[in-house]
Amino acid sequence: MADFETPEIKEFIGIPALQEGSMAHSSPFIAKPDHQESLGFPGELVENWQQVALEKMDDLRTRYRSFQVFLDSCVKCGACTDKCHYFLGTADPKNMPVARQDLLRKVYRRYFTVAGKYFPKLVGAADLTEEVLDEWYSYFHQCSQCRRCSVFCPYGIDTAEISMAAREIMDAVGKGQKYCNEIIGKVHTIGNNLGLPGKALANVLEGLEEDVEDDTGVAVKFPLDVKGADILLVTPSADFFAEPHIDGLIGYAKVFHETGASWTLSTTASEAGNFGMFIGSYENMRRVSMRIRDAAKELGVKRIIFGECGHAWRIAYSFLNTLCGPFDFLDQNYPIPQHILEYTWGELEKGTLRINKEENDHMTLTFHDSCNVARGSRMGDYPGGQFDYPRNVIKAVCNNYVDMDPKTTKEATFCCGGGGGLLTDDLMEIRVKGVLPRATALKSVVENEGVTHMAAICAICKSQFTKTLPYYGFTMDQIVSVHQLVSEALVMKGSEQEAELDGTDGDDTEE
Amino acid sequence: MSGFIAALLWVGLVVFVGFTARKIRQYWKTPAPLKIPTTPAPVTQTGVVFRMAREVVLFESLFKSNKWIWVFGWMFHLGLLLAFFRHLRYVVSPENFMWPVISNVIVQSFGQYAGFAMVAGLFGLLARRIVVERIRYISSPSDYLMLLMLIVIGVSGLVMSFVSHIDVVQLKMFVMGLFGFDFQNLPESGALLIHLLLVVVLLLIFPFSKLLHAPGVFFSPTRNQIDNPREKRHLAPWAAEKYNDHVDK
Ligand code: HEM
Ligand code: SF4
Ligand code: SF4
Repeated sequence: MADFETPEIKEFIGIPALQEGSMAHSSPFIAKPDHQESLGFPGELVENWQQVALEKMDDLRTRYRSFQVFLDSCVKCGACTDKCHYFLGTADPKNMPVARQDLLRKVYRRYFTVAGKYFPKLVGAADLTEEVLDEWYSYFHQCSQCRRCSVFCPYGIDTAEISMAAREIMDAVGKGQKYCNEIIGKVHTIGNNLGLPGKALANVLEGLEEDVEDDTGVAVKFPLDVKGADILLVTPSADFFAEPHIDGLIGYAKVFHETGASWTLSTTASEAGNFGMFIGSYENMRRVSMRIRDAAKELGVKRIIFGECGHAWRIAYSFLNTLCGPFDFLDQNYPIPQHILEYTWGELEKGTLRINKEENDHMTLTFHDSCNVARGSRMGDYPGGQFDYPRNVIKAVCNNYVDMDPKTTKEATFCCGGGGGLLTDDLMEIRVKGVLPRATALKSVVENEGVTHMAAICAICKSQFTKTLPYYGFTMDQIVSVHQLVSEALVMKGSEQEAELDGTDGDDTEE
Repeated sequence: MSGFIAALLWVGLVVFVGFTARKIRQYWKTPAPLKIPTTPAPVTQTGVVFRMAREVVLFESLFKSNKWIWVFGWMFHLGLLLAFFRHLRYVVSPENFMWPVISNVIVQSFGQYAGFAMVAGLFGLLARRIVVERIRYISSPSDYLMLLMLIVIGVSGLVMSFVSHIDVVQLKMFVMGLFGFDFQNLPESGALLIHLLLVVVLLLIFPFSKLLHAPGVFFSPTRNQIDNPREKRHLAPWAAEKYNDHVDK
């Protein structure tokens, strides 16, 4: 299957003994010149890259308080050393959060602090050499920016911030990552990560309308570019074609249909994902976000709702208002933006949706908290709502639900292993090793509690799990979208399911 | 000798205050352009104050993270704090309004034993640094030296308290004289000399080392931001200047 060994899955998540350099060979493909240049970065490694890198570092520390404070404050207490899923899965000490930060910190110390200038050996400062740059490239692409380390650090030091800064510095010297930068280019030019043009998108949606009608007998619409609709739905483009994402999209559409909502998708904003965050670029993140503002204005909608996607929701919830607000042209009676789960849970609470939980009785569910939702955003109006909303919805549509080990859920959740711009085939080894902690927790509930399926609310999580969990003996179809569960249980008015349930079916044969 | 120590102490204090203030100013001036509290996070300012208080007083995140480091770290810092308060009686005169706080039973009697807690905590931290492979891996020479230095400061202090007592009255005169620029002689004591010299070193390295965690924790955006990005637009000055052209002025 691949040229690396899949780690052995044990009963508990253990802390491995260090294996120095065990992942030093892992590096993603380097961005091609035209991908670099279209984002405003140099095409290839510039001649005076050391100077440019140090200038960028200096620039970032004057613009980002997090960067400056985090570089100074770490006491090397070691509390974070066993918290990263990539360390737990690879045993490479440079995947311990503090060691990852130190790759950058040692250079900061050398050039920007008194101690490092005069006593480099004493304080672990080091020159910025080509080897250091290569190490940055390798290990800052073994961080999914999941923020788990930040939860457990006494000062909240967030290695994600350091990784983002490091990637921004690498972009500035011309050493960007192919996967992220190519994708950001596609969003800028075509409108979504997949490079799916408007025509193709319209076809997909038409196909879905037919499928749903075949399935339920109800003409559920998947509107595209409808001016004057109330709601603009922005969802990750994987929802248009990947499994199980697409079943989630069907779920959103059915919920909108059933609640009589007037909604639309947009061709130009056909992507909720925003890889600008992964490369730490405020500018690119803003450019990608602006499409959403522009689409909302152009279509004249009153509300913006985001589909199931982790990092997209972090950016939508935490940054959208900053990047391209204020949204004074939208209806202020609703959260701006709103998560689809906030919408669906609201409707479930109101009782507008008829649910037949038995439709999901063949499954016992568990739920994977996506890192960016859990630790970088919120749902509802109280802290921790992001943990309750998905669980509430799942429990409202399924009879069998079990949580995984609390050390692996909610704020302590483990990343799926594919976030932060790592969801690419050239990083397969780190992805497979990085999913180990989650796989371990899942295996435990499968064996002890009879769990059959794991629900997720993130396009990256879903893709990563369906691809990597099979390495550990799970099957692809054990991963489901939360709105897929809603879709299964929802009994739409006038549907065949309703007729069957109420016994008004013309040809009721079996019960 | 006394004059030399007095001069060193002054240099140490000036460097400590001046450069730490400069660092704090830097943290203060540097904007946090995005809302990045580690969630779940408080949704009000009051909530943030409580979160920060729990971090600073109880080391809440560390408690969630690692009980051993928490125990040793908390013992050390609490010991340090009490010892610090106990030292204030050398600086503050009985007429001062602070005197009742400093001379109260808790500080003066518990404070006497706080030194033991501090040193024990430091030994615990040092032991982990040496024994636990992961922490050894991330340690630089300065990390060990810092602990050793604090241990020697603590032990030399304890020696003066419990083994070879020094002339406290004369010490108080020295300290009061130090601040009044009326230099007095130090009591004769090797332990005191070591104690004071290392305190000078501590003061000198504080603003240039990881000891910046003490001011740093208060400026950490993941801990001190309010989780209200949807309700209130957050915008850094540089971003407002460069990236806000979509907003009608
Ligand atoms: C606001 C005040 C402070 C807070 C909240 C604070 C908090 C912490 C925490 C949570 C740790 C990590 C756990 C540990 O290793 O103990 C730590 C480490 C440390 N602190 Fe503080 N601290 C403060 C002030 C100070 C001061 C004034 C000193 C100076 C002497 C100091 C010296 C140290 C040292 C040396 C370590 C590293 C211990 C090691 O090597 O393992 N701290 N501090
Ligand atoms: S942000 Fe996540 S992936 Fe990165 S170092 Fe921290 S725990 Fe590891
Ligand atoms: S937990 Fe925080 S302070 Fe401790 S080593 Fe990790 S990053 Fe540094």
